[in-house]
Amino acid sequence: MSSPAPASAPALELRDVRKSFGKTEIIRGASLLVNAGERVAIIGPNGAGKSTLFNLISGRFGSSSGDILLNGRKIDGLEPFEINRLGLARSFQVSNLFTRLSVFENIRCAVLWSLGYKYSFWRFLADLRDANDRTEEVLEMIKLDRRRDALAMNLTYAEQRALEIGITIAGGAQVILLDEPTAGMSKSETRRFVSLIREITVGKTLLTVEHDMGVVFGLADKIAVLVYGQVIAFDTPDAVRANAKVQEAYLGSVLADAQVAEAGH
Amino acid sequence: MAHIHASRKPHHFKPFNVGRWVIWGLYAVLLFGAPLLFTSSLSMTMLSQMGVAIIACLAFNILLGQGGMLSFGHAVYSGLGSFFAIHTLNMVSAGQLALPVSLVPLIAGMFGLLFAALLGYVTTKKAGTPFAMITLGVGELVWAMSLMFPGFFGGEGGISGNRVAGQPFLGITFGPQSQLYTLIATYTLVCTGLMFAFTRTPLGRMLNAVRDNPERVAFIGYSTRNVRYLAFMASGLFMGIAGGLAALNFEIVTAEVVGAQRSGAYLLFTFLGGAVFFFGPIIGAVLMVLALVLLSELTQAWLLYLGLVFMFMVMYAPGGLSSLIMMNLRLAGFGKLRELWASYLALAGTAFVILVGAGAMIEMTYHLQLDAALGPKMKFMGASLDAKSFDSWFGAGLVLLTGVALFELTRREFARHWSRIQEQVEKEIKKREAAA
Repeated sequence: MSSPAPASAPALELRDVRKSFGKTEIIRGASLLVNAGERVAIIGPNGAGKSTLFNLISGRFGSSSGDILLNGRKIDGLEPFEINRLGLARSFQVSNLFTRLSVFENIRCAVLWSLGYKYSFWRFLADLRDANDRTEEVLEMIKLDRRRDALAMNLTYAEQRALEIGITIAGGAQVILLDEPTAGMSKSETRRFVSLIREITVGKTLLTVEHDMGVVFGLADKIAVLVYGQVIAFDTPDAVRANAKVQEAYLGSVLADAQVAEAGH
Repeated sequence: MAHIHASRKPHHFKPFNVGRWVIWGLYAVLLFGAPLLFTSSLSMTMLSQMGVAIIACLAFNILLGQGGMLSFGHAVYSGLGSFFAIHTLNMVSAGQLALPVSLVPLIAGMFGLLFAALLGYVTTKKAGTPFAMITLGVGELVWAMSLMFPGFFGGEGGISGNRVAGQPFLGITFGPQSQLYTLIATYTLVCTGLMFAFTRTPLGRMLNAVRDNPERVAFIGYSTRNVRYLAFMASGLFMGIAGGLAALNFEIVTAEVVGAQRSGAYLLFTFLGGAVFFFGPIIGAVLMVLALVLLSELTQAWLLYLGLVFMFMVMYAPGGLSSLIMMNLRLAGFGKLRELWASYLALAGTAFVILVGAGAMIEMTYHLQLDAALGPKMKFMGASLDAKSFDSWFGAGLVLLTGVALFELTRREFARHWSRIQEQVEKEIKKREAAA
């Protein structure tokens, strides 16, 4: 879908991005450079602006200043659907589904644009082989093929989270943003879900907001630490762990938990 | 770009759906066979109106049920369609335009589409309450215009025409009501088919997605506004066709066809029929004509009764009649409907007692207010009442109270029974799922 970008361009780049709500500046000059195929976890204390940052990247809010580039192309100021068409998809912290449609329809809706069906009203959905095949494929990936006919609102919580991710990846976007994908899940569900995410995002650029340090260290190649609207560290998990600034600002207590969690793996 | 792999499993959809062909066949037989059963001239007019109303309510439901858009001014599109149809018809009559009369509704549809494209461009920028408010405003605007331009809208007398115009085709002049009804039935069948087909297309499905969750739609590549706008235009096209057919049917078009009362009727009866299922508005449309033609003959208080029915529907069965039907069909599928017959009879019986009591009081009030000159004596359901006597009021009140008490008792028992059956059905579903 996206025009071929220069090979050198990073998948996603933030340059001194700022966002204010009224007089309060939530994002205060965040910069980040994510290369294609990298998996980045954004961590930080509550209120650091992690979700706001996701909303800026995905076009839900407009930024106050700074640049956001997708494959070297400026995307800030575009509508969410335009950004999505350029190859960026996101999930939501609170499941954001088409509640009165079946699981199958939820996924198929997310597939249609990427296959070029647009606003077509002269073709029957049942005849769209490629869209139906792709939907089947995604249903198998997220392991909901047995629940295909259930309405989204009748799914269990874990199933809804899986469908949420399914809708996100269905359109084949290369840059995937996951906002707390495992929020509210039990330990065992989380473990299963993390391996599912790893499976279905192979070869893609992944950005995720996570609170669970076990998930973070299990999933990410790099970690960005966001504190008070600024990226104070952006490095490999080991380097971030050793970073004194991070220790002081945030990780101190959480890190101990994470090491325990990791030992448990 | 997504890579497509061959699917490892056969698809679940059936290319030839027998049940669907049976249902559409029955629908066609009903549409074209109805005049053989109901032959009086009144029933012919009513059948014609029903055909028109079916198209209009289905078109309205593209917005209400399928797109979650509450339009308060949708008579604008059917009404303008009517006006353009009658002017086109008059041009044909005057020999200025060589067009078969049977195609006039299509011209009306084009104008419905055109005005939906113009006015909908503004309305569909918003969703939810702002959308509803703007449609209300647009409706008032067009209504005001209809008073300002008597040349086009015909002022108080409206514009009349004669549908026997131009060259008859194979001897069909559309003069006799039966010929016109055949034309209306044909349009109704084709339009119903097209609107059903619309729900099976990518745009139709995305419209459902926009209804359920507009925010998410924006993140899967679709502009919610474009989806709403295109659906609005589709609705406008069919509203226009309905308007054109109505113009041929009545041969006179007055300004009230673009008015708020007509818009309200579309909303009310589409809701009564049920917006959730595709066929709901068809039921609503039939009820609309029955109420507007028969109920209004039966009693002066018909609008009050209608309002009460609407209120109870919103409170107790927000899915409308069609969802009540579907719920019971579901139970029948599990063989549970038989248990409920007795309860349904009891509910109907007690509800009838309420109707008798309340109806007597309403009719006496109306009698006193509107027919005072005729004296206090009146007939209600075969009984003689005296609207000024204590006995009549006391009797009616007693019947009403008895009815309410009995109904409430039956209703409670029914609610318990109903939820028990629902539990059984849920269990049955789980069992079948586990077995699958």
